[in-house]
Amino acid sequence: MSENPLPLEKENEVYSRKSWWGEVWGRLYLNKMAMAGLAILIILVLAAIFADAIAPFGYDDQNLNETFLRPSLSHLFGTDNFGRDIFSRILYGARISLTVGLFSVSISVVAGGLLGAVSAYYGHMTDNVIMRLVDVFLAIPGILLSISIASALGPGLMNMMIAVGIGSLPTYARVTRAAVLSIKEQEFIEAAVSVGASNFRVILRHILPNCLAPIIVQATLGVASAILVAASMSFIGLGLEPPTPEWGAMLSVGRPFIRDHWHIVTFPGIMIMFTIFALNVFGDGLRDALDPRLKR
Amino acid sequence: MFFEIKDLSIHYSTGGNTFKAVNHIDLSVEKGQTIGLVGETGAGKTSTALGIMNLVPNPPGRIVSGEILLEGKDILKMSKIETRRVRGNRISMIFQDPMTSLNPTITVGEQLSEVIRVHQKASKIEATLKAKEMLETVGISGDRYGEYPHQFSGGMKQRVVISMALACNPELLIADEPTTALDVTIQAQVLELMKKLKNDFDASMLMITHDLGVVAEICDSVAIMYAGEIIEFGSLEDIFDSPSHPYTVLLFGCVPDIDSDVKRLTPIEGLMPDPSRLPEGCHFYPRCPKRIPICAGEAPVNVEIGDGHKVKCFLFGKGAALN
Amino acid sequence: MNTLEVRNLKKYFKTPRGMLHAVDNVSFTIQEGKTLGVVGESGCGKSTLGRTVIRLLEKTDGEIFFEGQNVSDAKGKKLKALRGNTQMIFQDPFSSLNPRMTVSQTIAEPMRIYKRGGRKEIVERVRELMETVGLSQRFQDSYPHELDGGRRQRIGVARALALNPKLIVCDEPVSALDVSIQAQIINLMQNLQEQRNLAYIFITHDLSVVRHISDEILVMYLGVEAERCPAKELFKNPAHPYTRALLSAIPRVNIHKKTERVILEGEITSPIDPPDACRFAARCQYALDICRRREPALTEIGENHFAACHRVGEAL
Repeated sequence: MSENPLPLEKENEVYSRKSWWGEVWGRLYLNKMAMAGLAILIILVLAAIFADAIAPFGYDDQNLNETFLRPSLSHLFGTDNFGRDIFSRILYGARISLTVGLFSVSISVVAGGLLGAVSAYYGHMTDNVIMRLVDVFLAIPGILLSISIASALGPGLMNMMIAVGIGSLPTYARVTRAAVLSIKEQEFIEAAVSVGASNFRVILRHILPNCLAPIIVQATLGVASAILVAASMSFIGLGLEPPTPEWGAMLSVGRPFIRDHWHIVTFPGIMIMFTIFALNVFGDGLRDALDPRLKR
Repeated sequence: MFFEIKDLSIHYSTGGNTFKAVNHIDLSVEKGQTIGLVGETGAGKTSTALGIMNLVPNPPGRIVSGEILLEGKDILKMSKIETRRVRGNRISMIFQDPMTSLNPTITVGEQLSEVIRVHQKASKIEATLKAKEMLETVGISGDRYGEYPHQFSGGMKQRVVISMALACNPELLIADEPTTALDVTIQAQVLELMKKLKNDFDASMLMITHDLGVVAEICDSVAIMYAGEIIEFGSLEDIFDSPSHPYTVLLFGCVPDIDSDVKRLTPIEGLMPDPSRLPEGCHFYPRCPKRIPICAGEAPVNVEIGDGHKVKCFLFGKGAALN
Repeated sequence: MNTLEVRNLKKYFKTPRGMLHAVDNVSFTIQEGKTLGVVGESGCGKSTLGRTVIRLLEKTDGEIFFEGQNVSDAKGKKLKALRGNTQMIFQDPFSSLNPRMTVSQTIAEPMRIYKRGGRKEIVERVRELMETVGLSQRFQDSYPHELDGGRRQRIGVARALALNPKLIVCDEPVSALDVSIQAQIINLMQNLQEQRNLAYIFITHDLSVVRHISDEILVMYLGVEAERCPAKELFKNPAHPYTRALLSAIPRVNIHKKTERVILEGEITSPIDPPDACRFAARCQYALDICRRREPALTEIGENHFAACHRVGEAL
C-alpha cells in the first residue's frame, strides 16, 4: 500500500507501550474503587504480618475478671467470654483467615479451572466423564463435601484448606467450562490450531486468558465463602483447635452471646465483610484491567 | 414534495468526544420513487435512517439540527403519540438482519397480525385474515401462519419482515441493507419481490446499502454518502454513467465487474476519517487523488452539474475556475 | 507442480437426525501459484471443504496429496510440517485474532511454535511481514480492537505468511470488509501470490470477486461439485443450471446490460442423508424424472470443464 502524499497521521511514530503488567497496573490505577479495595487488602495483610508488634495482648491471654467488656480504650473491640482481647484476636485471626481464604480458593481455581478447561476443550467422552463426576460432587453441598474430606484427612490447617478447596472445586469447573465453550468457537482458536499450536498452548495462551473474567469474579466471591466454610468446620471440630483465633470461629463462638454482648460477633463479622468487599471491588477492577479492550 | 430531509445533523457524544455521524444532509423523495443511499461503514447511513424514524438513541445520540418533513409536517416536532402513529402506519423500516427482527418464541403469523392490529385497529379475525394475505403476497403459503421463525429459511424470514413492514401500506419504506445477510439467489428473490411491491403499492422507498449492484437493480435516484455528507446526488443514469465526485468514481473502481476483466482493482487509499476528528475542508481530501489546495481549507458546497445532478466538489463550479 | 490434489474427499457430520453430508466426493488439483475459487451459498460446504483439505477437520473419506505426498492420514511431525506449509485466512477479522495478543505477538506466534529463529530474528521477521502486508510499524504493540477491519485482516494475512506456506486457504477473506478496503486486500493478496508463487483456495459467495482472482472455479451445491472449470469458461459457458441461476442472480453494476434473471423456486433439499438424486432437482426448472432418481456424475463436457447434471448435453 503506497502511503498517501498528504498523511494526516504520523506514520513513523511508534506507539510507545509499557510492559504488559505496566499497562494492567496503569488501567487498574485509574479505577478508584479497585484501588480502595487494594488499600484495604494491603492494610489487612500488613496487620496480619505485624500482628505480634501491633496486638496489645496475646491471642490466648485469658483474663476471667474481664469477660464481656464493652469496647474501650484498653480493649478497642472489647473482650470475649474468656476475657480475651478481641482486637488482638482479630489481628492474629487475619493470618489464618486470609491464608485459608486465599489458599483454598487457589486450590479450587487451579484444579477446577484446569478440569473445566480440559473438559470443554476436548469435548465428547472427556467432557462427559469429567462433567458427570463434577455433577456428582455438585450434588453434594460444598460444605458437606468439605466436612467429609476433612474428617478423612483429620484436623489441621493444611487439611482444612485442602478440604475447603476441593469442596468448592466443582463450581469453578462449571464456570470455566462454560467460559471455555464460548471462547472455543471463536475463529482465533482455529487460527491458532492452523498455525500448528499444540493443545496445551491453545488452552493456556488463547483460551484461558480470554475466560478470566468470570473466573476472577467467582474467585473473589469464593474467598469469602471459604472463610465461612472454614469457620463452620472449626465449629464442629474439624478445623482448628480452639484457642487458635480465626474470624469464622470467633463468629460462631460469640453467637450464643449475641443478645447481650453484640461486640463479640460484630467485629469479626465486620472484618469478614471488609475483606470480602475489598476482594470484590479489587477483583472487578482486576478483571477490567486485564482486558485490553476496556481501555479508558 | 412528499418527503423531505432538510439540513439534518446527528451527533453522538461519548466521553467528551463528539462524533459527527450525519452532517447537514438534504434529501427529498417523491411519491413512488426509490432512492438509494450508498456509502461504506461509518458513512452515516443507518444514523440517517434512525433520524428519519426519530429513533436516534438519546443519549448518546442527538439530532442537532434539521427538519424531516412528511407532506410538509416535521416529524421531529411531533408529539410522541403522533410519531408513533407515523411510524408503522406511514413510514416503515426493514432492518438488516432478519434473524434478530423476529421474536423466536411467537409464531410468524401472530407477529404479523399483531402489527396489523396495533396499527389498523382490526379485530383479531380480520387481522389473521390480512396476515395470511400478506404472507401470500410475499410468496409464502398462508398455511405457514402458525409456524415459528426457526422453521423458515433466511430468505423467507426476510420476506416475512418485509411483509410486516408492508402490512400497513406505508407510504415510505426505509430498507436498511435488507439483502446484505442473504445469499445471492435469495437476494435475487427478495429484490424481485421488492420491485413488484414497489409497483403494486406505489410506496416510496429509501434503500440504504453499500452494494452498487443492488442500487442499479432497484433505485431511481442515488445519493452517495461519505463521512456524514451526501457528496453526490443524481438519477441512476447520472451516477452510473457519469459519476463525477472523485469518491464515487473510485467506489466504482473498487468493485470487480463480473462482465469484464481487469488485472488489478483500484482501491481507495487510506481510511474513512474518524467522525470525531473530521478533516477541515472537504472530508474526502486526504484520500482524494485529485485534490487541489483549496480542498484543505474550505468545505465544498453543492454544485449542480446537470439536471438534478449535484456534486460537492471543488473540481466543479467555482473551484474549477480556480484550478 | 501440483501443490494440492484432492481425490473423492468426503466429510460427514453426525447429527441427531442423521449423517450430514457437508462435503461429498469432491476432487480437484491446484497448481503452484494458482488460485482455485470455491463458490456456493451458505451451507453448501465450502468452508468445511477448505478446512478439511488442510486437515483442520478430519476427513471422513478420500485422499489428500500435498506436493505429491499423501497427507490424508499424516500425524505428529508430518502433520505439523503440513500445517507449516498450509495456512488459512479467516473471514471475520474481529473474531480471528486473539483480543489479548498484540499485533506483533500474533504475527510472531507461528514462528515461535515452529522455532524459526531466535528472539531477535523473529522480531526482525515480524517487522518485515508487517511491511509486506502494508501495516505501519507503529501498530506493532496495538491490540486488534484498536484497529479497523482492513488493518486487522492485514494482520491475518501476515500471520498466514509467517511460515512461508505454499498454500493458503482463504475463507471469505474480504466479505466482512467495505468495498474500498476489500479492493486493497484483494490487491495485496494478488501481489503476494505473484511474489511468492502461492497457491490459494479462495472460498467466497461473491462471484465478482471470485472471477477477478481465480484461475479455476469450483461451484458447490449442498456438498457436491456442481461445476468445475477455468474461471473465464464458467462465466462464458456456464453448463449447470445452478451456475446459471447463480450468475443471473448477481446484481450488476452495469445498468444498461440487463440479464434475464432465473429466480429459484422451491425448498433447499436437506443435506442430511440425501437420497440418490440430484441435490438441485427440487429447485431446478429443467428437472426430469431421472434427476429425482439418480445422482448425476461429474462428467467432462469440454476441456477441463466438468459439470454434474443429467441434462448437460442438451441445449437448455
